[in-house]
Amino acid sequence: MARARLWTSATILLAVVLAVLVVPPLTDLDQQLVAFSDKLRPPTPSHPFGTDDAGRDVLLRCVYGLRVSLLVGVVAALVATVVGSTVGALAGALGGWPDRLLMRLVDAFASVPHLLLGIFVVAMFRPGLWPVIASVGLTHWLSTARLVRAEVLSLRERPYVEAAISGGSTRWRIAVRHLVPAVLPRAGLAAVLMVPHAIWHESALSFLGLGMPGHQASLGTMIHAGRGSLLAGDWWPTLFPGLFIIVPTLAIAGLAGVWRERISPRRRSELML
Amino acid sequence: MSALPWAPMARMAGRRLLFAVPVLLAVTFGVFAVAAASPFDPVDAYAGTAARTASEQTLEELRHNLGADRPFTEQWWDWLGSAATGDLGHSTALRQPVSEVISERLGWTVLLCVTAFTLTVLLGTALGVLAARRRGGPADRFTTAACYTLEAAPTFWLGLLAIWLFALELDVLPAGGLTDTRSDAVTAGQVASHLVLPAAVLAVSQLPWFALFVRESLVEALDEDYVRGARARGLRGRTVLLRHALRSGLLPVLTLVGTRIPELITGALLVETVFSWPGIAAATVEAALAVDFPLLAALTVLATAAVLLGTLLTDLLYGLADPRVAFDG
Repeated sequence: MARARLWTSATILLAVVLAVLVVPPLTDLDQQLVAFSDKLRPPTPSHPFGTDDAGRDVLLRCVYGLRVSLLVGVVAALVATVVGSTVGALAGALGGWPDRLLMRLVDAFASVPHLLLGIFVVAMFRPGLWPVIASVGLTHWLSTARLVRAEVLSLRERPYVEAAISGGSTRWRIAVRHLVPAVLPRAGLAAVLMVPHAIWHESALSFLGLGMPGHQASLGTMIHAGRGSLLAGDWWPTLFPGLFIIVPTLAIAGLAGVWRERISPRRRSELML
Repeated sequence: MSALPWAPMARMAGRRLLFAVPVLLAVTFGVFAVAAASPFDPVDAYAGTAARTASEQTLEELRHNLGADRPFTEQWWDWLGSAATGDLGHSTALRQPVSEVISERLGWTVLLCVTAFTLTVLLGTALGVLAARRRGGPADRFTTAACYTLEAAPTFWLGLLAIWLFALELDVLPAGGLTDTRSDAVTAGQVASHLVLPAAVLAVSQLPWFALFVRESLVEALDEDYVRGARARGLRGRTVLLRHALRSGLLPVLTLVGTRIPELITGALLVETVFSWPGIAAATVEAALAVDFPLLAALTVLATAAVLLGTLLTDLLYGLADPRVAFDG
C-alpha cells in the first residue's frame, strides 16, 4: 500500500517536474500565441484542453502556469523554512526571555489569518513576483518555528548532548554536529509539505488579482482570467488549471506521508496535507 | 451542568483578554509599519487621478491635512486614539466611513459563515461516522480520498465550477449577489436562494478537516473499553456507534471549532469574491485592489480580534467539555 503510494506519487511528480522543466526550453511552442480565429474551442485532439478567449492552447498555458506556481511555491517554502528554522532554533537554544519574546511574536503573527496578511502585504507593495513570495514566506514560517523550537528543546536534554557539553564541546560544535543533523529531516519534511500550501496561497492571491501579473501567468492567474469565459458557459479554461493545482498537491502529500513514516515509524500516520 | 465553574472561567477569560490587548496593539503597529515601509502613498490613494495634474503645493497641503507627513508611529498613535472612540477613518475606495462599511456588511458575512459552518458540522459528522463505521472499508477509503482531494482543491475554483454547474448548466440557483438584479428590496426568500451556493461552497471547503477529524476521533473512541462493554452487553451496532462512541468522540472536535476561524475567514475572502456576496470579506479584497489603507487596516485588526475571540471560546468550551482541564491556561 505504502509502496504503491510512493511509486504513484513519485511518478506523477517526476512527470510534472519534467514537463515543467523540459517543455518550455525544448519546444518552440509559444504559450502566448494568440489566434482569435481559434478562440474558445472546446477540447479536441489538437488542443486536448481546448483554447482560451484569445485562442491560446490551455494545456500549454497550464504547463507554463504550473512552472510559475512551482517556482513561487518552492522559493517561498524555502524562505519560510529558513526564517522559521532560524527563529525556532534561536528561541530553543537561547531560552529565557529571548525565547518568550520570539514565541509571543509567533503567537501575534498566528493571530492574523494568513491569506488576509498576505493580501495586506501584496496590496501595500503592489502585486508581482517578489511581493507574492514575501507574502507567502512571511505567513508560513510560524509552524516551522514552533516545530524546530520544540525539537531543539527536547534535544538539549538528551544524554548525548549533555555528554558533549560535559566533554567540553563548544556551543558551535554542538549546534553543527548534534543539533542541525537531528533537526534537518523534520525541517525538510515541513518544507516539502509547505510547497502545496505555498502554491495554494499564491493561486488564491493571483485569483483575487493580487498575485502574479498576466505576462507571468500562474495557475491562479489563469483561473482569474478564465472567469469571464466560464460565466459564458465555457468551462475548460477554468477547469484544467485547477486540476493542475490538485494533482501535484496530492503527489507531494503522498511522498511526504511516506517520508514521515520513515522518520517516525511509530506513528503510523496517513497522508496529510 | 448546574454548577458551571463561573469564577475560574471568568478569570481565564480576563487573562486571555489581557493577552489579546498587546497582540492587537502589535498587529496595528505592524500594519502601520508595513504601510510606512511600502511604496504606498496615502495622498495618491486619496486624490486618485487628480494627483497627477495637481500642483506640488496642493499635494503638500493635502499631505499635511491628511497627516501623512508625520512619522508613522505618530499616525499609528492617532489612529488608536480615534479608533477607541469608534472613528476608524474614511474608506477611500468605497467613499464612506470605515465604521459604516463594517456595520453594513458584517451581518451578511456572519450569516454566510454561520450557515456554512452549520452545514460543515452536519455533513462532516455524517461523513465521519460513515467512514469510521468500517475502518478500511470502501466507504472509508472513498471518503478519505475525497477529503484529501477537496483539501487540495482551491476554494475559488470549486466556487466557479459550482456556478457553472448550478447556475449555468442546470439553471437552478442564482450565480451571485444578494438579490436578483431586478428587485430593489431585500427579501428573505431571495437572500436564501442566493445564499445556497456560497454557503455550500464555503462548507465544502471546511469539510475535509472536519470529516477527517470526526473519523479519527471516532476510530479512537471505538477502541475504548466502554464501547467494547456496550457491545458485550448486546447493544445494537448503531446504538453503540451513535449513542456511545459518537457522543464522546464528537466532543473534542466541537470544542476545536473556535480555532477554525482563520480558515473560515480565508474561505470567506475567496467565496464572497467569487459570488459577489456583499460581505466584509469581499470589501477587504476590494480595499486591497484599490489600496484603501484605512479600510484594509481596520478589517485586518477586526479579523485578528475574531481569531483571538475564537481561541478564547475554544479554551472555555474545552474546559467545560472536559472537567479534567483546569482553567489556568
